[in-house]
Amino acid sequence: MQQIVETGQAIVDRVTNIVVAGLGGQGVLKGTDILADVAMRAGFDVKKSEIKGMSQRGGSVTGDVRFGPRVFSPMVPGGEADFLLVLEPTQVEPNRHVLRAGGVLITPDAVEVADLPHKRTLNVALLGALSAYLPLPEELWLASLRDGFDEAFFAGNRKAFLIGRGSKAGASPVSDRARPA
Amino acid sequence: MAQFVRMSETDRMLLSGDEAIALAAKHAGVALGAGYPGTPSTEILEAFSAYGGHAQWSPNEKVALEVTIGAAFAGARALATMKHVGLNVASDPLFTAAYTGVTGALIIVSADDPGMASSQNEQDNRRYAVAAGVPMLEPGDSQEAYDFTLEAIEISERWKIPVLLRVTTRVCHSYTVVTPRPEQAPVPGPANFERDIKGRVMIPAYARLAHRKLRQKLQEIQQWNETSSLNLAIPGTPVLGIVASGISYMHLREAAPEASVLKLGLTYPLPLKRIAAFAKSVARCLVLEEGDPYLVEAIRAEGIQVEGKAEMYRFGELDVPRVRRILNYDLTPEQPKPAGKPPQLCDACQYRIVFESLRKRDCIVAGDIGCYTLGVLQPFEAIDSCVCMGASLGVGLGLRHVLPGHQARRVVSVIGDSTFVHSGISGLIEMVYNPPPDGHVLIILDNATTAMTGHQEHPGTGRALNHEPANKIVLEDIVRAMGIRRVHVVEPRMGSDEFDRLLTGCLESKELCVIIARRPCILIAKQLKQYEQRCECPSAGAVRPAEAAPAH
Repeated sequence: MQQIVETGQAIVDRVTNIVVAGLGGQGVLKGTDILADVAMRAGFDVKKSEIKGMSQRGGSVTGDVRFGPRVFSPMVPGGEADFLLVLEPTQVEPNRHVLRAGGVLITPDAVEVADLPHKRTLNVALLGALSAYLPLPEELWLASLRDGFDEAFFAGNRKAFLIGRGSKAGASPVSDRARPA
Repeated sequence: MAQFVRMSETDRMLLSGDEAIALAAKHAGVALGAGYPGTPSTEILEAFSAYGGHAQWSPNEKVALEVTIGAAFAGARALATMKHVGLNVASDPLFTAAYTGVTGALIIVSADDPGMASSQNEQDNRRYAVAAGVPMLEPGDSQEAYDFTLEAIEISERWKIPVLLRVTTRVCHSYTVVTPRPEQAPVPGPANFERDIKGRVMIPAYARLAHRKLRQKLQEIQQWNETSSLNLAIPGTPVLGIVASGISYMHLREAAPEASVLKLGLTYPLPLKRIAAFAKSVARCLVLEEGDPYLVEAIRAEGIQVEGKAEMYRFGELDVPRVRRILNYDLTPEQPKPAGKPPQLCDACQYRIVFESLRKRDCIVAGDIGCYTLGVLQPFEAIDSCVCMGASLGVGLGLRHVLPGHQARRVVSVIGDSTFVHSGISGLIEMVYNPPPDGHVLIILDNATTAMTGHQEHPGTGRALNHEPANKIVLEDIVRAMGIRRVHVVEPRMGSDEFDRLLTGCLESKELCVIIARRPCILIAKQLKQYEQRCECPSAGAVRPAEAAPAH
């Protein structure tokens, strides 16, 4: 049995909370897969939570990713998300409540969608925008993309990621992740 | 599914709870996994198969459990997986398998769905452990799902008893870090049949002995559990102590990081002495659990003074904010979460045509469990009941028997292909054996897959769990063999009124009619092509012209 010895408020406070939202088929869960994998590669404890079942029928889908020295609950507590990534504009309002005061909202507006190699790479482009705020090295992101996509799709996703990373939303990362929505 | 397992092939893996159970089963040499797809349990057997284990879909959970009981009688390690309502179907063998016990190991996974992300009820299957008399483990994350699966196998073999591994949607579908320890997995012995008539033939004379033996085992396990490392004490303030299990523990560590905690891993039979000592050591002792007040009732029955949660928190999942509210005795109404976009039938789904027709004729529709349950939503609102797997037949027939003629003649039962094989067949026998005066109409929506749970195979697809060719159950052959004379196989098409005319004809015939509306699910059209090329067997989905005509 793994013995759990850490206690106290400090551990909990150092967890980064991210929610990704969209509609079924947009790659929400693929996006959270990549994000969680990168955090894991960086050596953090990671939990990723999603509710499956209805996603293939076009319904709303959200995925929570939390990373830090030790993560307990797999769900981002309402009103405590540091970042909210939304792939579909209609899903902003239903999910805005998850953000904490001063949390960062990233929407498709963060990137010039026309510049993307394919509109299906929007999820990865927004991860790129998010990546500029996170303490996760670029080479880990690229390694995760390489392992997470078929060879044929890697180049397009790499490009989308870098567009997002260099975008307006991602261009001026803040060190204490406190950037107003 | 499982695609990320391969992404980080280090000693740390990011696995879902389902994948972690599957990996532990593989590492422990589980010889056979059987189940029926059901959210959130489905991925366990898919992952077990992907890891190289022998996994198979059974027609339903009862059969799956029986198959694994057989394997465990033979001395092998076996794993049965199902969602919470699946254990209702499998409860008949469960209760008596507790009496017979097993020779190898038998792990039964019950994947509960508090909050009903994708279920028709939120029953709390911890009650089954008590009712049947089987030990129960409750992991709270993927590491525990892995560890507890190995522990469950040890307990099962040590006490020769089936073990319930009770998980919930959040545990099944959350991805958390796992450090596997394959070298620590117990080593299975070879399967071998040893006769044990008194132990396995549950005639009353032998069952009476078996029941006493079962209670003896449970007493021993309770004793063992008092000092088991499956239960964990987290030191904290003496002002607040919390007893918790499963996912509730994870939430509370954030909601009350200062609390003293007794985390229970083996939650039946309970380590009541340990709980009593813990409760005594703190000023306020709260029992925190999702769903039913199972733990709190059991603990209070022992005379231990503990607090439970308010009734309003019985409903739905717990999370960190709700645990804070429980701790603060907050009974103010909770803010409902903003509604997202509801799921709907796919734009090109064949079921749309069926539900349009049913709506148009103002049919009274006894529905069933699957994608097509979405026919209840707008714009169709064409389902009038949905109770459990297979209930469309029985409920429809009951309606037909007692309703006045003008209503009875509008009653139709609608069921999917996988659900029909699961438990619709016995309903069909009822229809033939006790026909309503004006006949009945059954529509089988055959999309050649178990779509709602993520497109699993079933006996009617002609492919096994791993999509390799298998013997195929032909639905229309079954229906005809039951003596139904009006059997129609039709492909509903947009812009064609063929289905509509067929339905009208059947409703007016006052006979027993079965319409098989057949077209493969559009979401898996590509995969189906690949499977069919692989096996070169007759097309699973196409309607042959000869079948489309009524068979008299």
